[in-house]
Amino acid sequence: MRAYVMLLMTFVNEIRSQFPALSRKVYGKDLVYFDNAATSHRVRSVIDEWNRVSTESNANIHRAVHRLADEATQAYEQARDAVKEFLNAESREEIVFTSGTTAAVNLVAFCFGEAFVSEGDEVVVTEAEHHSNIVPWQMMCRRKGAVLKVLPVDDSGHLMIEKLDELLTDRTRIFAVTHISNVLGIINPVGEIISRCHSRGVPVFVDGAQGAVHCKVDVQDLDCDFYAFSGHKLYAATGTGVLYGKRKWLDAMPPYMGGGEMVGTVTFAETTYAPLPMKFEAGTQNFASAATLKPAIDFIKVLSNNELVKYSDKIRDYLLNYFRSDSRIRLYGVPRGTDNEKISLFSFTVDGVHHEDLALILDKMGIAVRSGQMCAEPLMDRFGVSGMLRVSIAPYNTMEEAEYFVECLNKAIDMLI
Amino acid sequence: MTLQEAENAIVEEFSMYEEWLDKYEYLIELGKSLKDYPESSKTDDKLIKGCQSRVWLDYKVEEGKIVFNADSDAIITKGIISLLIGLYSGRTAQEILSSDFSVVEKIGLKENLSPTRANGLVYMIAKIREVANSIG
Repeated sequence: MRAYVMLLMTFVNEIRSQFPALSRKVYGKDLVYFDNAATSHRVRSVIDEWNRVSTESNANIHRAVHRLADEATQAYEQARDAVKEFLNAESREEIVFTSGTTAAVNLVAFCFGEAFVSEGDEVVVTEAEHHSNIVPWQMMCRRKGAVLKVLPVDDSGHLMIEKLDELLTDRTRIFAVTHISNVLGIINPVGEIISRCHSRGVPVFVDGAQGAVHCKVDVQDLDCDFYAFSGHKLYAATGTGVLYGKRKWLDAMPPYMGGGEMVGTVTFAETTYAPLPMKFEAGTQNFASAATLKPAIDFIKVLSNNELVKYSDKIRDYLLNYFRSDSRIRLYGVPRGTDNEKISLFSFTVDGVHHEDLALILDKMGIAVRSGQMCAEPLMDRFGVSGMLRVSIAPYNTMEEAEYFVECLNKAIDMLI
Repeated sequence: MTLQEAENAIVEEFSMYEEWLDKYEYLIELGKSLKDYPESSKTDDKLIKGCQSRVWLDYKVEEGKIVFNADSDAIITKGIISLLIGLYSGRTAQEILSSDFSVVEKIGLKENLSPTRANGLVYMIAKIREVANSIG
């Protein structure tokens, strides 16, 4: 047993050593980075790939015939293949690169809206969404004269899918739902939601900003119509994102932005558009960063190691037990069945203590957590709080860090009460 | 004590604490010691815009001196505004406007707060100056 634990720790430390940022100190203390749901750190292979493309193969992609352009284009398109495989999409044409999840939602809300939404139609989102999966739909509804409807969450933070059937009508054009809320950390039953929406002829957009990091996603198996995620939460460079869309939708949607490389032929009288996925990738893309999606996805395969997953689950269970057992703490997003309904993400408040004070004190103890509204004001209103504190754990975090966090949180609470 | 003497005293007081956690303890105590702020004065016009947590600042003029009162829902922020009030309340507009407010830099408060919080501090000072300007 002891040898096994030592072997596991060697493995975890080996993974940690691949993240340069994790070895830094803040205020003279070892950094404990528990804000992974906001952005993860970059793995060395990602940093190396960005450097390699920038220093050796820097040229605008898809245009010139020279050697550097060819190398840069290859790096970019290989990343697309890696994403196609990662999501198990039917074809690479269904993978559109964006600047992040937010850009992907905006793209679909605008272009789908242009093609399929008219006055009096309805769009459904859920109460668990972050602003990125609310505001673009709201903007589209306003533009089109459509109505935005909301599927509520219950007190434990689960979507009330029993209300789904009454929300969907003949006028519902699309349903947008998060795979995992960035506040509640509950894995939503998107498969069931999708099949129920499809039985009513409603396509589903899944926001995978957290889901792609924590779940094995198979878009064909899920049968979702759209799936979006960000590279920067997935160890890749920032400024990268992915929109998966079923070909039938992407073909039927007009382009989002006009510009270079999204066109077939251009005259002042008329322009024809490039085939997928280029139709949605106008202008010079963030190609050096997009290329890093490939090493990031390769790295995720390393993280899927069974023993490592078990270790991460142990940390989650330890923290979940702690948050459930301390009577001063209110946890939002509580599993109803097994703990596996929840990822290692905990948003909570402490009675009589402001979340910001806790975050400030923890920061000086070397611990990075998130505090505030978490870009999800409707959810804060739902639970009647002005903000929360959130800890979100990545596979490179350790049990020692979790124990240190609990110790520091208790100290901080004592200071404030 | 003149304003400058009071500012120097705070700088000296702060320099006694080496660890930032001790400085926070001090601010928390200051926050707790702030006198009660009436609920009825927690109105939008008294909110200082730009702070991450809510901060209300109210004042009245007594015998030519500006008397401030404030509150915040976060205790460390409350400590910071309490520290400012301790310095600038009960002084004339001229006295307040004579200060360069460098005290917050000297005690290292500004650079040790996150940018959003440091901005909040800037807005608190701006509000105090604005009040002094409107009276003076």
